[in-house]
Amino acid sequence: MSTTSTNTSAKSGFLSLAALQKAVAFAVLLALLAFFSIFAENFAAWNNMVNIMQATSINGVLAVACTFVIVSGGIDLAVGTMMTLTAVTAGLILTNLGLPLFYGIAGAMAAGAVMGGTSGAIIAKLKVPPFIATLGMMQIARGLALVFSEAKPIYFNDTPSFQLISAQSSITSLIPGLDIPNGVFVMFGVALIAAYVLNRTIFGRYIFALGSNEEAARLSGLKVDFWKITTYATSGMICGIAGLLIASRLNSAQPALGLGYELDAIAAVVIGGTSLAGGRGTILGTIIGAFIMSVLTNGLRVMGVLEEWKIVVTGIIIIVAVLVDLMLRKRM
Amino acid sequence: MRDDDTPPGPAPVVELRAIEKSFPGVLALRGARLDLRPGEVHALMGENGAGKSTLMKILTGVYQPDYGEILVDGKHVKVTGPRDAQALGISIIHQELHLMNHLTTAQNIFISREPRRGFGMLVDEAQMNADAAALFARMKVDIKPTDVVGTLTVARQQLVEIAKALSYDAKVLVMDEPTSALNDREVDGLFGVITDLKARGVGVVYITHKMDEVKRIADRVTVMRDGQTIETLDASNTPISKIISLMVGRELADATRAEGGPLGGEVLRVQGLNRGPQVRDVSFSLQKGEILGFAGLMGAGRTEVARAVFGADLIDSGEVFIHGQKRVISGPSDAVKYGLAYLSEDRKQFGLVTGMSVRDNITMSSWQRFTKVGALMRDGDLRRVAQDYVAKLKVKTPSVDQETRLLSGGNQQKVVIAKWLLRDCDILIFDEPTRGIDIGAKAEIYKLLQGLAEQGKAIIVISSELPEILRLSHRIIVMCEGRITGELDGPTATQESIMSLATRCQSTAA
Repeated sequence: MSTTSTNTSAKSGFLSLAALQKAVAFAVLLALLAFFSIFAENFAAWNNMVNIMQATSINGVLAVACTFVIVSGGIDLAVGTMMTLTAVTAGLILTNLGLPLFYGIAGAMAAGAVMGGTSGAIIAKLKVPPFIATLGMMQIARGLALVFSEAKPIYFNDTPSFQLISAQSSITSLIPGLDIPNGVFVMFGVALIAAYVLNRTIFGRYIFALGSNEEAARLSGLKVDFWKITTYATSGMICGIAGLLIASRLNSAQPALGLGYELDAIAAVVIGGTSLAGGRGTILGTIIGAFIMSVLTNGLRVMGVLEEWKIVVTGIIIIVAVLVDLMLRKRM
Repeated sequence: MRDDDTPPGPAPVVELRAIEKSFPGVLALRGARLDLRPGEVHALMGENGAGKSTLMKILTGVYQPDYGEILVDGKHVKVTGPRDAQALGISIIHQELHLMNHLTTAQNIFISREPRRGFGMLVDEAQMNADAAALFARMKVDIKPTDVVGTLTVARQQLVEIAKALSYDAKVLVMDEPTSALNDREVDGLFGVITDLKARGVGVVYITHKMDEVKRIADRVTVMRDGQTIETLDASNTPISKIISLMVGRELADATRAEGGPLGGEVLRVQGLNRGPQVRDVSFSLQKGEILGFAGLMGAGRTEVARAVFGADLIDSGEVFIHGQKRVISGPSDAVKYGLAYLSEDRKQFGLVTGMSVRDNITMSSWQRFTKVGALMRDGDLRRVAQDYVAKLKVKTPSVDQETRLLSGGNQQKVVIAKWLLRDCDILIFDEPTRGIDIGAKAEIYKLLQGLAEQGKAIIVISSELPEILRLSHRIIVMCEGRITGELDGPTATQESIMSLATRCQSTAA
């Protein structure tokens, strides 16, 4: 048991922990950037930077979705295939039904929220472990995406404005030469709002409480089931945004895509210092984690390293990230 | 206390002499002793925390004593682990059975020393089952070697544990409250087996809280208190009242009694509450300004009553009236809405979110009140109100941003109390309010509780410490095995009167 006399030192130790973790992640990101700039020709080219940002945007948004669930003490394996299903939903609404863009966006986000909320309800009400419930939901979403699209890509050629969401760059018309795609801004926007919700709203406070100690939260009178379902629904809704980004970027909803995206997203969250045990994590860390993943992927590719090796390195990075987390926590 | 002369009777099979054991901050045993003769049932009794379990853990090698000697068959031995104990013929059957539910009884009994065949590569199932069947036959119980343990009743699982102990040629068997989950008929069966073990010369240490069992089965009884062995007595010639007074022992100073009294007006009434075997037909009422103590031994069902009233566990039946209104409480959030608060005995697991700040813990149940535009947290106000309560309850913390896991036990408890006061709860259930709290902080918590009662809060205190119950309670309810066995007036109750009710269990069929 700790005594009051040790409090002050312990506290300053903790304050530096959250900051330290982000600092470590950020330093790793900078080191990777420096390494590839030196050793990979053309890595530092602006074009390539745009590629990296573009690639980060989708995984970044998915990782933000995962952060909500993981901080609440759960896990969501369905984010990748839910993203695909929401993209297909947008395709059905915009291309097959020919409705205006707004309906496509709202439809994709609503579809994600419903899928996520269903996972949440199965977890909260039926007490199915999150890993199993979302493993099931992963397959359900994947299957539904294939069924609804008849296993064929849906193109958005009738809705040219759809390209605005991710692929095109609006800022380049303001500042010529700065051709950062809109999707990157969408990711940062989503991240900002998510950070605000997580840190400033009562919902965010409940997510941390649930992840830290669900039983204590329940005995404090919190409506645990309701907030759990809301958390998964929110995560699903954010997957809807990722679905729109990927569909816009490919100008099509690809129903076969999506499997494996959840692992990249969870990896970004973990690399960003969010605890898989719940109760601890930041959106900023998650975004840094997502950048580390895509810088690594891109850099190795530019260096000409075999694609397969890249996957191995990603695996190592995840394990190292968790080890660093454990070491930092032991030290405090 | 009696001197340490070898008692008359046959030479003891096991002797524990002047055992001392301390844990960081606690002296758990000092001068504990016990001698066990072959073929006797030796009851070991004492209040919660008297040191019975610690002493048995030393006998079975789980702990090493700081001082003292262990003799087996008159020879000094060192028991450095459970395997050592088994080799010496000492086995223990814990209250919580340690069996693998998916394996058969024979597999459980012979785990890690299965008979082998096929050059030691295969388990000789036939041999193993035959050996197990022989053990069961010796005990005269009809359990099959191929029965899967998980499908057996608790009583039969216990018999499997006994068979396992016998397979080690146990000459000493320690049983920790073996009847707590058994019904009458099963108890009879168990006692039959124990009588048989006696006849074979096995010495049995029998830990129990139940006086009637001592009278039925024990030859001698040793009473422990505060880590010491008080006395060893002949079970049949000693009146129960004498055992109880030895268990309770210490005299209480006059000043340590409840002050004031109820302000009148019933705020809570519970009628016919039932939940499984641990809460049976419990009814009571609570008045404004009253401190109602719930006394009883471990496993009496007091915590279960509190959790059931609070909606933390679903009830089988029963009614709860709050301020005269019948209320259906289907979860803690309902209970909180009606002004009920439950402060768990396990603060770190159920009371606090230890990874969160003092501010967030104090305000957690009231967050809804501190939002703007429906959802945004007014963190400035949270801070102010948390600082208010930190000052009011004198919580020692460098700031309200401190994580609660870094606070001392007493200060953690104050944070939990602050949480419920801020939520305007007027019925507070304290479960072991001073567990893990040092003596100085205890007095502060007592004063706080008394102050709350004077302000008109209605308080239930569950405590295993009799002096604490007597010091705080205006009225005392005593429970045993899920039932209320009596009600006492706080100022006139004595430790003896409580203990005699706490051990008066009617072991009726579950």
